[in-house]
Amino acid sequence: MIWKFLLGAGMTAIIAASFLYVPAIPGFGATGETARLIIYHVPTAWVAVLAYLMATVYSVGYLLTRDARRDRQAVANAELGTVFCLLATVTGAIWSRAAWGMYWNWDPRQTSIAVLLMIYAAYFVLRSSIGCADRRARLSAVYAILAFTTVPFLVFVVPRVFPSLHPNLGAGSERVSAMSPEVWVVFLASLVCFTVLYLWLQNIQVRLQDLQAKRLLRSVD
Amino acid sequence: MSWRSKSAAVCLKDLRLEFRTRYAYSALIMFAVTTLVAISFTLAGGLVEADIAASLLWIIFFFSAMTGVSRSFVQEEETGTSIGLKMAADPAPVFLGKFLFNAALLLSMAMLVVPLYLLLFNLAVVHVGGFLVTIFLGLVGLASAGTILSAIAAQSAVKGSLLTVLSLPILLPLLITATNATRTALYGGHLAGIMTDIAMLIFYNGTVLAASLLLFEYVWNE
Repeated sequence: MIWKFLLGAGMTAIIAASFLYVPAIPGFGATGETARLIIYHVPTAWVAVLAYLMATVYSVGYLLTRDARRDRQAVANAELGTVFCLLATVTGAIWSRAAWGMYWNWDPRQTSIAVLLMIYAAYFVLRSSIGCADRRARLSAVYAILAFTTVPFLVFVVPRVFPSLHPNLGAGSERVSAMSPEVWVVFLASLVCFTVLYLWLQNIQVRLQDLQAKRLLRSVD
Repeated sequence: MSWRSKSAAVCLKDLRLEFRTRYAYSALIMFAVTTLVAISFTLAGGLVEADIAASLLWIIFFFSAMTGVSRSFVQEEETGTSIGLKMAADPAPVFLGKFLFNAALLLSMAMLVVPLYLLLFNLAVVHVGGFLVTIFLGLVGLASAGTILSAIAAQSAVKGSLLTVLSLPILLPLLITATNATRTALYGGHLAGIMTDIAMLIFYNGTVLAASLLLFEYVWNE
């Protein structure tokens, strides 16, 4: 119970710090003032990837065990992944507007994230178009796994066709070295808090779906 | 019967059926030709930019593939032959047979559509080899992803329209790469660029085929 209060306090501190404590980062955008967005943008993108990865892992688990709970876990993760993916897209678009002058310009990162959203939109459409629960779980698991195998190609294909302006947080870029210790502290704290938030949300979502499944079973009896 | 002869038997069965009715082939050809003629007519013989000409070809291929491939499992469900097929063969040969049939269908469509496309849009191919290999690999990829996805769509409530929704995000890497290679082949860019794209298409097709072979069992068996 105590960790929920810690998470709340942590999130509040991060939001306050991102406006009051984090300095501008030279090299990001025109003035570096907009760079504070990374406190939200990178963690949401990270959680989206993590949740989508877990959705695939649970889909594989479902096909191997045929345990309905695995299916519920896969859906909960796909839904959460999509929520965080939308947040990452919106925060990215806001930054894109500030740095490049337009919200959307099909930068490779924007293209990749749009395709990710399309994959999971198709996943939810597929689920809604199958009535039988077993069949729905089986086919959507297959689709999730198949789609996941093609995602790496986006990462390689898209940047070759469309040149990217996206700042790189990878190793060896001079921009990252411009991130001062103050930025790093808040950024890493934000990563941790968002990850804990995701785990908590996922837990609630799965428990809720377990209860709904139980009620369905009881109404059948 | 070996694995290979089972796959061949499934493919030949579908080919025989197709020769009797010519349902899929005629639907495919009509779709592709109508689209081509409609676009060409609206352009009224004007020259087309490289980007647009290359994307047009792959948009036509993608939607014709969706038209042709969507029938492969729906037809088994409709005629009630899917149970017989499930008893007669393992999942993998069924997938391979259907895939081979779909690939043959798309390639035979391309033999008619590609010359017409070059003629109507007044295009001269610079790298002929690269152009043909790109089309071959792209259509094989459309057939492989299309086969497993049409098997999934056949078991849903809204069979036909679902296939396009499921296919587009999965096939986008292929479509982007193939369009890029086609543009280079048509308007003469660096041959090295085509080679990278072709390597990418080979990897993509290999990945999708391997994943489909592993996953098809779960689609096919209840």
